[in-house]
Amino acid sequence: MYKIISKKELNASVTQMEIEAPLVAKKAKAGQFIILRVDEEGERIPLTVAGTDPEKGTVKIIFQIVGATTARLNHKKEGDFLQDFVGPLGEATKTEGIRKVCIIGGGVGCAIAMPVAEAFHRLQADVTGIIGFRNKEIVILEEEFSRCCSRLYVMTDDGSHGKAGNVTIPLKELLEAEECFDEIIAIGPLIMMKFVVETARPYDIPVTVSMNPIMIDGTGMCGCCRLTLVKEGERVTKFACVDGPDFNGYEVDFDEAMSRNRMYNDFERHAYEETCNLFKEAR
Amino acid sequence: MAIIPKKHVMPVQEPELRAHNFQEVALGYSAQIAIEEANRCLHCANQPCVSGCPVNIHIPDFIEKVKEGDFEEAYAIISKSSSLPAVCGRVCPQEKQCESKCTLGIRFEPVGIGYLERFVADHHNNESFSDPVPVETNGHKVAIIGSGPSGLTCAGDLAKKGYEVTVFEALHKAGGVLVYGIPEFRLPKKIVEKEVDTLKKLGAKIQTDVVIGKTLTVDELFETGYEAVYIGSGAGLPNFMKIPGEALKGVYSANEFLTRTNLMKAYETDTMTPIMKGGKVAVVGAGNVAMDAARTALRLGAEKVYVVYRRSMEELTARKEEVEHAKEEGIEFRLLNNPIEILGYHNLEDPRDPKNGFVKGMRCIRMELGEPDASGRRKPVPIEGSEFVIDVDTVIMAIGTSPNPLIKNTTEGLEVNSKGGIIIDENAMTSRQAVYAGGDAVTGSATVISAMGAGKKAAAAIDAYLKQL
Repeated sequence: MYKIISKKELNASVTQMEIEAPLVAKKAKAGQFIILRVDEEGERIPLTVAGTDPEKGTVKIIFQIVGATTARLNHKKEGDFLQDFVGPLGEATKTEGIRKVCIIGGGVGCAIAMPVAEAFHRLQADVTGIIGFRNKEIVILEEEFSRCCSRLYVMTDDGSHGKAGNVTIPLKELLEAEECFDEIIAIGPLIMMKFVVETARPYDIPVTVSMNPIMIDGTGMCGCCRLTLVKEGERVTKFACVDGPDFNGYEVDFDEAMSRNRMYNDFERHAYEETCNLFKEAR
Repeated sequence: MAIIPKKHVMPVQEPELRAHNFQEVALGYSAQIAIEEANRCLHCANQPCVSGCPVNIHIPDFIEKVKEGDFEEAYAIISKSSSLPAVCGRVCPQEKQCESKCTLGIRFEPVGIGYLERFVADHHNNESFSDPVPVETNGHKVAIIGSGPSGLTCAGDLAKKGYEVTVFEALHKAGGVLVYGIPEFRLPKKIVEKEVDTLKKLGAKIQTDVVIGKTLTVDELFETGYEAVYIGSGAGLPNFMKIPGEALKGVYSANEFLTRTNLMKAYETDTMTPIMKGGKVAVVGAGNVAMDAARTALRLGAEKVYVVYRRSMEELTARKEEVEHAKEEGIEFRLLNNPIEILGYHNLEDPRDPKNGFVKGMRCIRMELGEPDASGRRKPVPIEGSEFVIDVDTVIMAIGTSPNPLIKNTTEGLEVNSKGGIIIDENAMTSRQAVYAGGDAVTGSATVISAMGAGKKAAAAIDAYLKQL
């Protein structure tokens, strides 16, 4: 069992928790993920590590309440326990040889982008941050980003905070002004990552994306998280849990990944409604 | 006394009934039938059956005790050689092992050794409440990676010798393939739990939620005081055919389909784990895993289940008993058929159609058997122009697995072969001192009992190694 050391609401639908998991805390690096189960009958869900405190033995996770399991997770209080918490899984984000990086986070994806930005900042790389949200109410981690970015662009779809528009607008402006990034790292909804790739394509700058497919074991056993890379016209199957979650954005078949992520939409909607009703009754 | 030419029939749930539930298919011998079956054993002098058993159970001796009605003593004899009798009695391919060597089998049907083993183990589990007593510790610590059949066997043998054993399991539940892979109707999970409990009572520790190679490395195990390590991490990555359409929604690896059902209990009504149920299902492949997947799909409510295999019944690798059970349940075998493409539903007029991207069929080609290939089996050759489409909603790929690279990638000096299997010497030791390996991590996909045999051999080697230190 893994104790919830602290819990903080970042916005109405995004929560941050610190979980006591000393072995994971000692090992986890930016870009890696964990798999947790809330309770004995719960499903296994992957969440990317949002930070660690190896001394305290804690791992920070940030999650959006999107379905039954995240609703159950959010129902847990400080001092409660999680049934399972295993990791760190996947490969860490590669930082070698990158001196100037543009990190793009979208929505709750910023929770994953933030530790990556911090990692580069600690390595004294020059970090440009672009973070995007639907509106002012759901902006998260702006302060944390501003601490590790030499420049930070905050975008909202409706212009209620920062500038209006999506993250590709400042990216395009920077690229047009001949900004030479060693790497662009995009973390967020699949559709956002796809458009970041398309924006960067004419400029021939490497783009790394962090994939978030459905998973079960997270150790390469089930193959549920497979995605397709297109390398020189050839289609290659990769497992996000062991080969990723980071991939070369130019190679990822995003349309296929988006379709696969919708596989259980009906089931999930139903399970979510049931969970919400359950919690309502409990109140 | 005249010899009874045939094995006593195993009572089973009727096919029409069992095709719709997850309860065990085979019901087990009664004490009376067990004694009658035991009486068929000739107790011949050369005991060829023992050499046919990967863990060398003293088969005629335990059968002798069954004849006498001393079932507990029979259990004690089996336990000396096997850590998981109730499991082996159910899932071992006895027809290829002990029973294939049975002297009686030369003229008649061999003795039902597997059925008797199962009877003895079940009798013990139901009737005996004496807990195993932990052996006094010898102060040596051994780490076992993976709690599947191979790891559990190795751990059991070492614990019985007084070693302080810790088993590290990546998943949240111990048992490996016995809990995530083999379905409830063939191996009830409470039997696996019982075996794991017995191991714990022997003093072995089981740590779930630890992925060796990620949470801890093999080197860190040595740093924290373990003197030997056994890698029994299993086969890992599922293979796909590399044909178009394998990323469509509704295409599963058998590992995923079975894990969702068995480990994550997707067959229960109030489950949190989704799985595609009903419709028409094609399982590609014809090993035991394919049979498990096909029969699971049927029990989840499929209206039609096909097993699609590119060779013929002759070359099929699943146990005969499982194939017979599958056929009785109504599973259709499409032999000498090879999939070449999985077809998806794509509504070009409505990109938001929720059915978009789901499987709607599978294009296959008919095959004929040519000359024997490297495996000694006749090689299937496509018949030109014989392509056809089967209507299906779900496709399950059960065509084997490749070794998982997690441990290899994080353990310096650990050598693997061209297929990724860990290389071991005749003492089960890897290229790293004091690191042993066995089971599917070494051989690639194989059987529960061969993994157990490997775990047993490694335990003896680890014992010898640590004694001479």
